[in-house]
Amino acid sequence: MIPITYNVRSVVQRPLSTALTALGVGLVVAVFIGMLALANGFRAALAKTGSETNAMVLRKGADSELSSGLGRDVASIIAADPHVATGTDARPLVSPEVYVLIPLTKSFDTTQIANVVVRGISEQAWQVRQNVKITAGQRPTSGRAEVCVGSRLTQRFPHTTVGQTLRFAGRDWSVVCNFTAGGSAFESEIWGENEQFMPVFRGEVFQSITFRLKDPGAFAEAQRSLQADKRMTVDVRRESDFYAQQSQLLSNILNFLAVMITGIMAIGAVFGAINTMYAAISSRAPEIGVLLTLGFKPWTVLVSFLAESAFIAVIGGILGCLFALPLNGIVTSTTNWSSFSEIAFSFRITPLLLSLGLFFAVGMGVLGGFFPALRAARLQVVQALR
Amino acid sequence: MKYLRLVVANLGRHKLRTILTILSVALALFLFASLRSVTTTLAATAQFGGARRLVTLNATGLVFPLPLSYVNRIKGMSGVTGVSWANWFGGRYGDGNTFFANFAVDPESYLAMYPEIVLPDSEKQAFIQDRTGALIGKRLISRYGWRLGQNVTLQGTIFPGDWTFTIRGVYTPTDPAVGDDVLIFHHEYFDERIGRAGIVGWYIVEIADASQAPQIAKSIDDMFRNSSSPTKTGTEREFQASFATMWGNVSFLMSTIGLAVVFAILLVTANAMMMSARERTGEIAVLKTVGFSDRLLFVLVLVEAGALALTGAVIGLGGAKLLYPAINFNGAGFLPGFKVTTSTLIVGGLVAVGLMLASGLVPALRAARLPIVQALRHVE
Repeated sequence: MIPITYNVRSVVQRPLSTALTALGVGLVVAVFIGMLALANGFRAALAKTGSETNAMVLRKGADSELSSGLGRDVASIIAADPHVATGTDARPLVSPEVYVLIPLTKSFDTTQIANVVVRGISEQAWQVRQNVKITAGQRPTSGRAEVCVGSRLTQRFPHTTVGQTLRFAGRDWSVVCNFTAGGSAFESEIWGENEQFMPVFRGEVFQSITFRLKDPGAFAEAQRSLQADKRMTVDVRRESDFYAQQSQLLSNILNFLAVMITGIMAIGAVFGAINTMYAAISSRAPEIGVLLTLGFKPWTVLVSFLAESAFIAVIGGILGCLFALPLNGIVTSTTNWSSFSEIAFSFRITPLLLSLGLFFAVGMGVLGGFFPALRAARLQVVQALR
Repeated sequence: MKYLRLVVANLGRHKLRTILTILSVALALFLFASLRSVTTTLAATAQFGGARRLVTLNATGLVFPLPLSYVNRIKGMSGVTGVSWANWFGGRYGDGNTFFANFAVDPESYLAMYPEIVLPDSEKQAFIQDRTGALIGKRLISRYGWRLGQNVTLQGTIFPGDWTFTIRGVYTPTDPAVGDDVLIFHHEYFDERIGRAGIVGWYIVEIADASQAPQIAKSIDDMFRNSSSPTKTGTEREFQASFATMWGNVSFLMSTIGLAVVFAILLVTANAMMMSARERTGEIAVLKTVGFSDRLLFVLVLVEAGALALTGAVIGLGGAKLLYPAINFNGAGFLPGFKVTTSTLIVGGLVAVGLMLASGLVPALRAARLPIVQALRHVE
């Protein structure tokens, strides 16, 4: 085998050309990682929203909370169901919820209006949703016009921190607390008491009912018994499944874009890499002739040049990872078209994504280096040495 | 011109290299044009809106209805020449994997107010007269293979049940922002089936004089301020623009990515071009010896780079311009009227010129400044 140091030294011999090719590959990898991190962050935010141990009830046929509607009778049937877990105070862990969207003006650009989720919850919701933590202030008191605002909203919308007054639905609401929810979509919501919200929004109707399962393993049974109940027409889903489904449309779009854009980019970059390697090989023909004369087999020449190309690509891949890394954690926001609500989430770069990026870089290198390396391996010694 | 053959011969020497370089430039500019068009299309959609049309919504938010009883009160206002109303339906068709917009409208007033919706008069009358009739955009015909007179069943998501409509007309929008993948049906039928709830999602108000829009919008909102459903009225353009901003930072991200793409491929291509120029050091020295001036060599090398960049640009930009209309692309309904604009072509052309300079200038200067003796020393 031709020692790899030969390739490394050759690469270092032409620093500018190596740097340009590596930088090109690096940018492709950075865009690749960045776009997947966007899709990943969005999916992760919604995936974290739903819990495996909770079940969610919507009106049959409704594909989002927005299009659902359930009466008080349904709420009491579910509260009395034996599949529902009970809290420390022996009350069932059920939260019948009002879900509406309200237009709020963004702080940094007042011409931009976002549809923000306002969720009316029951007292139990704070226990049903285990990942919710209050970071400032106290929970809203029952019977008062008070709301709790998710942490992702406070930066982007005015009047959303504790002590301020937020106006919507023609009334003033005092903000009494802020909460985090482990980076989930709940952090982009405003929570208040369901009984307060019903009269000002859609009247005596809930949009969804979420409850904790007594036995998370027995979800299928709970689903069957509730859906078969003749007194109501409902769909029962695991909360985690519901939110996974809500993320599908947009994350499909984002993934499709990532693959499309980086695919086309990668082809362009591979073409460039082929050119660079061909040029490198034709200028080093005499060297290759010497290698072959020394007795190195043509296939080792092939492997050697492939390794060289892959080496340049790996440098590019590492650069790409470094370019992309600062994106991690940056918060961006868009509308989730499945629920029509605005959601803030952060770019999420995982070790898996980084290794995927490196893998992608090596792929480009090998693909770009193959034909030039093949030509190198097939060089006739006499011709090469001339 | 007599040197053109020299340039062509140079390009033809490494055919594969030339083709690959041109193709990578073409891909970069194709992608650039596509991404920029996403931004321009969103911006164009935000610009849509008849100057004389106002939209009245429930002040509490998009998802809250208004009472149907507002029609007559708005109609009676001075400066108002027409009122129409609509309600989002959000029905699902088939397995629910493909989506199109569908809503209930008051047919006669709606079609009168939207001259952008064009259809034969006979179909228009047929739609207006059939209470369970539907009017669809022409894209739906090709997507689902529907025919005129066919029954189509939607599953209600907000309003449960199976809703069957008869296709009575197919329209072609004159403004792409109207969308050609929409199904509309009778509000009257809708209202009846939901138990005469008398709800309206939004009102469209036509006014006589566009300059009066702010005053009329204000007096509509004032009129309903103390009612159970206060309103928010604005021009149709403002309404459209608020939808476009809903993408948030995503369109900014698209343009950033577009820049990164162009820059990445530019680097790789410029590198390949420079390497091929370096190989020819000896040859350039020979040309100089034969009497080619520095200036001429400078121009020739630059022209060669330009030929590569511009051919790539023509293929890439032209490809984007031709491809999207050919496949009737509308971004799964999110980008109605997706179009590669002339400004995109011009900016793309400038990028190609930039690429030519970036990749050609260094080799061209080297060629011009090359000392013959030194260069020839390297030639066997």
